[in-house]
Amino acid sequence: MSTMDLPATPLRRWERFTLAERLGRALFYLIALTAIMWSFKTIEIIPEFLYDAPQQTVDLFARMWPIDWSWYFPVVHPALVETLHIATLGTILAVIMASGVALLVARNITRSPILNFIGRFILVATRSIHSIVWALFFVAVFGPGALAGTLAIAMHSIGFTGKFLSEAIEDARRGPIEALIASGAPPLSILIKGYWPQVKPAFLSISIFRWDINVRESAVLGLVGGGGLGMALDTALANLYWDQAGLVLFVIFIVVVVTEILTTLVRSRII
Amino acid sequence: MDASAPQQTRAADGVSRSLIIRNLRKEYRAGVPVLKDVSLTIEGRGLTAIIGPSGTGKSTLIRCINRLVDPTSGEMIFQGQDLATLRGKALRQARRRIGMVFQEYNLVERLTVIENVLCGRLGYVPVWRAWLRKFPAADVDRAFQLLDEVGLGDFANQRADQLSGGQRQRVGIARALMQDPDLILADEPTSSLDPKTSFEIMELIARRAGERDIPVIVNIHNVELGRRFADRIVGMSKGEIVFNGPPAALEEKHLLAIYGGEGWLE
Amino acid sequence: MTSAAADRRRAFPPNWPLRIGLLVLAIYVVYAAQILDITWTRFLIGIEHGERFLSRMFPPDFSHDKLQLLYAGMMESLQIAILATVFGTAISLPLGLASARNISPAPIAWAARLFIVLCRTFHPLIVAILFVKAVGFGALAGILALTVASVGFISKLVGEATEEMSMKQVEAVRATGASFMSVIIMGVMPQVMARFIGFIAYELDSNLRNSALVGLVGGGGIGATLFTAFQRFDYDFVLTIVISIIAIVMVGEILSGFMRRLFQ
Repeated sequence: MSTMDLPATPLRRWERFTLAERLGRALFYLIALTAIMWSFKTIEIIPEFLYDAPQQTVDLFARMWPIDWSWYFPVVHPALVETLHIATLGTILAVIMASGVALLVARNITRSPILNFIGRFILVATRSIHSIVWALFFVAVFGPGALAGTLAIAMHSIGFTGKFLSEAIEDARRGPIEALIASGAPPLSILIKGYWPQVKPAFLSISIFRWDINVRESAVLGLVGGGGLGMALDTALANLYWDQAGLVLFVIFIVVVVTEILTTLVRSRII
Repeated sequence: MDASAPQQTRAADGVSRSLIIRNLRKEYRAGVPVLKDVSLTIEGRGLTAIIGPSGTGKSTLIRCINRLVDPTSGEMIFQGQDLATLRGKALRQARRRIGMVFQEYNLVERLTVIENVLCGRLGYVPVWRAWLRKFPAADVDRAFQLLDEVGLGDFANQRADQLSGGQRQRVGIARALMQDPDLILADEPTSSLDPKTSFEIMELIARRAGERDIPVIVNIHNVELGRRFADRIVGMSKGEIVFNGPPAALEEKHLLAIYGGEGWLE
Repeated sequence: MTSAAADRRRAFPPNWPLRIGLLVLAIYVVYAAQILDITWTRFLIGIEHGERFLSRMFPPDFSHDKLQLLYAGMMESLQIAILATVFGTAISLPLGLASARNISPAPIAWAARLFIVLCRTFHPLIVAILFVKAVGFGALAGILALTVASVGFISKLVGEATEEMSMKQVEAVRATGASFMSVIIMGVMPQVMARFIGFIAYELDSNLRNSALVGLVGGGGIGATLFTAFQRFDYDFVLTIVISIIAIVMVGEILSGFMRRLFQ
């Protein structure tokens, strides 16, 4: 039994993975390594910029500090209010549009695969284009301002909201719905009395979650002309008013933290 | 780093395998001792069963020995060292000589059976071997042998979470043996198992440790199982030792002292 | 997401909370729209603009020199995304483990958590602005900004996954006398690795998407190309870029799905 004795049979060997698994992984590692090496070698980094990076960073914070609070009421406060309105209005718009698309995507509501696919495509496409890029579009169309920002937030949120809404609708249990169908209720009643009570918690939770994200996003939309805090930041940066930029960053930080706490509280209450 | 061939009988360096516990005390909350001044000598061979009601500190005692729990005061002399004061590398080297079998098996569920057994060598092999799963060939072979010994020779490449409770505990035993321990601790190894499997597991522990002359300390709430396999019984009540003797000497009055009350004996 | 409330059958009473809620919502929408100066006329004018805008976008510009620009921008974005994922991952695994309160001492865990929260708070775009100021225009600022975003995201998930794992399995490995690193490798990693791989795949995906962003503020990559095209009113080229971003993101989603299966 002891391994001190010379084993009569060759030592049994053990490998963690089968040959195919190992080859697959080796290939993957090779590709990953190649991609990383390629990125390192070809990326354009200007070394001269790097030398004074620490100094520039120190300089950056030195200019931001002390924060110039006197700017809060004349400039930053209106921008903050605008940002919150953009986020909220954008979320409401998004939820309305997403509800329509979600009904289109949910296979237990819309029985046509073609319509399902169209709905799905709308969800993927709106989500793939970032809200900032949407903002660029809408600024080009409607001019700079809150309208462009609101529409950008709304468009980008459709994908996210619609995806989770459609999943919630598909998760709805058939029982209560079949009971309504059997009683001869018209389609709209089935939707309101059969699906809505089941989807409601998910609906509220998704909306609040998205609102939280949208507050963060709307705070930067202004950098491309979408209104709100980003616009104040952009102005400050363009004028090299770093103490003012520091104030905007501070306000964004506070807003993000507060909305996160708020949404956590609200969600724990309603769910 | 010591991947040398394991020894089967008395510790090769001739050091005794006995464990001397003196005045061991443990308080999780200050002023509320779970172990009160426990002194106990475990001979360098044979199976010692610790019996007693739950919450009496049996588990704490066992966990103090390999320092999964740090004792508040007292000493535990094992192979010339006081386990209670060891730290860092010295503690790890002491731990690798002490195998442990757990109540809920505590296998790493996403690893395969053989990987779980090889975990027993982690105190010996360098980190890179664990990372690449390149354990020394002698260790791998011995892991297979141990799996054969516990009757799981065909399960080496199954994931641990696919096994039944009894099978998992067998892997746990193989993992403990894989450490070449000079002492095996078993913390309620059978409480999650059915009676027949419990018996088999106890027999397996007693036999495999007996063959190698490894002393075993088992926490067990089933008095009959303890009596059946132990060479010595230690009875605990409220953090103190109230009985210490051979199974034959364990009488009803002792059980009364250990478990208190009377009704349950009928 | 089914609620028990759905079981309760009601005889269809008017749902007053819902009606009041909808009314409040409608009033808010009107009020907010007024505040934000969103008016129907502006909207109609915009639609008119939009028509011209769309007509200038079609057909997308696939001319040779534009494709070269597109290719260069895309490659740089890809490099930014890869490097940010590599750095982000390399920092996130140890940081995430350090932030898990069940394996890391409390002061270290809290310090790690604070750092992660800081990384998560600011939008990548804002972080990019700061890095552009610190290290100058170009890809490096983009890489750093996305690295920060990745760290904030993956570390948090790794920390959560680690706190959810079974400590009993870790304890058993520790009891064998394994060193701290061996405990991590054999006790902790098997439990969190499958999810970690998923996080990396997701992160590569999201970095690819976001690398189109950081370019807008000087972080290099396809975002820079896109921003320039907008400024030059090259709307047909804009469409080309947007189409290729969507295509790349979709390919990325397929690839990351494949990667997840390989490491299941």
